[in-house]
Amino acid sequence: MAGLEDLYREIILDHYRSPRNRGELDTPPANMTEGFNPLCGDEIRVYLELDGDTISEIRIGGQGCSISQSSASMMTTAVLGRTVDEARRVLKAFKAMMSIHEGDLDGAPPTGVTDGEEPISLGDLEALRGVVKFPVRIKCATLAWNTFDHGLDEISA
Amino acid sequence: MSASSSQTTTPLDAAAVKADFPLLQREVNGSPIVYLDSGATSQKPRQVLKVIDAYYHEINANVHRGAYHIAELATSAMEQARAKVQRFIAAPSSSEIIFTKNATEAINLVAHSWGRANLSEGDVVLITGLEHHANIVPWHQLAAERGVEVRWIPLTDDGRLDLHDLDSLLEGVRLVALSSASKVLGTLTPVRELADAAHAVGALCLVDASQSVPHLPTNVTEWDCDFVAFTGHKMCGPTGIGVLWGRSELLEAMPPFMGGGEMILDVTMEGFTPNELPWKFEAGTPPIAQIIGLGAAVDYLDSIGMDSVRAHEMALTDYALRTLADRHGDDLLVHGPSAVADRGGVLSMCYRDIHPHDLSQVLDQRGVCVRAGHHCAKPLMRLLGVGATTRASLYVYNDESDIDALSEALTEAGDFFAHQPA
Repeated sequence: MAGLEDLYREIILDHYRSPRNRGELDTPPANMTEGFNPLCGDEIRVYLELDGDTISEIRIGGQGCSISQSSASMMTTAVLGRTVDEARRVLKAFKAMMSIHEGDLDGAPPTGVTDGEEPISLGDLEALRGVVKFPVRIKCATLAWNTFDHGLDEISA
Repeated sequence: MSASSSQTTTPLDAAAVKADFPLLQREVNGSPIVYLDSGATSQKPRQVLKVIDAYYHEINANVHRGAYHIAELATSAMEQARAKVQRFIAAPSSSEIIFTKNATEAINLVAHSWGRANLSEGDVVLITGLEHHANIVPWHQLAAERGVEVRWIPLTDDGRLDLHDLDSLLEGVRLVALSSASKVLGTLTPVRELADAAHAVGALCLVDASQSVPHLPTNVTEWDCDFVAFTGHKMCGPTGIGVLWGRSELLEAMPPFMGGGEMILDVTMEGFTPNELPWKFEAGTPPIAQIIGLGAAVDYLDSIGMDSVRAHEMALTDYALRTLADRHGDDLLVHGPSAVADRGGVLSMCYRDIHPHDLSQVLDQRGVCVRAGHHCAKPLMRLLGVGATTRASLYVYNDESDIDALSEALTEAGDFFAHQPA
């Protein structure tokens, strides 16, 4: 089945089958933010706890498809232990990768770097780049990230 | 025209019907398209496309205004379409056929116009666990606005209406609003029984018939209900056109929904006099091409015969349930009633532990179009205990080869996810 391997990369299926940082945290001290994908009914809960300025705990609850679940799992490993500012930069880079630019659909990889800031590596998250070729699924991949974004706003408000 | 009492049902020529639909001749991802999402929207036969095309090529003009030739032709074609719809659903009068944008607008029209004129705090609107959001949210809005209570008829385990406590559910009810067929489970509901029960307590009955008018003979007089809403694009017609049927005396008493041109007899600097039915509820230039296209869709379905459409879909649903169960056994769960007589051709499925979104993505690689998600029925999804299902919905142009392709693609999807290294 040509094309599907672009979407369902090995590491994505691995995170789907063995999600990292899945579960709940007590609120308080943790903050919980809910996100919904109204198209497919996926629901996600992001639990966040800070130690000073550092994300010391993160957990994911809810249910969804392989793309939304694996993206959430990979997000937790990418931001755990980072400062809020670093996490926001990962967030920004990931969202840039998930934006449809002319050229993306031809396979030309855009850079994940933004605004001349020091480059931040997306690491395993690069595996999700193929999602852009399936525009309907972009919302699956970004659900956890948008929810995390709201969570950061709430927690630093 | 489409009386459900006809004794002889002519089997339809499935190959000839499929050949009427140009889109079904195309390929997707290198495979012939297998279109199994008619519950979302149906494909359109060339007979309908031709009529819409001819309208724009030959008689495009605004209706009920110009006294010139093509304006008269356009007005006449539009009003003929209204008469066709009236006959198709066995309504007493064409003045009771109100054209709307879709079924959603038709239900909202009743909620805004009848609901706001008649319902107040403490009044109950009784709906069912099978409803589409279009037959839930307008009543929630009335609840928030004026304290109307929205009450639910529960479901049995196999997705039929649980009417054991109907008498107590009906206390204080002013309107019973139900689907004649579920878009998720295919369940057919006992409309006449509920209309009678509503009337017995002085309530009205509204039927969301979007999922049944395209598939079964419809007779609103036999249903003995008060309002019926349905949409054109699920019955071989274009998008952007729906229908509200209502009893004349109710429609006469209701205030207009939207204000503007077409819906008035007279306008002064002090006020306005509403037009007669049905135009009182059709403010502004109507979707003329879509109305005429809907008339052509009615002609097309009439040429096959709705009894034949129903018989074809029952046979195909039976084939699908047997074929899928034989091949996939416990890997596949099909929600809803098991008896074909109790259901339409809608198969809501869970396959192994593959999320519907992932399943439909893999099926797409084989040209198989199914719907994945909550199907705009989140309360029902919660009742089923799932976030989403994969839904295959059949129509007049589907045949056994479509079911076989679905079945084969399910196996391939299972293999795809099983064979990926974990």
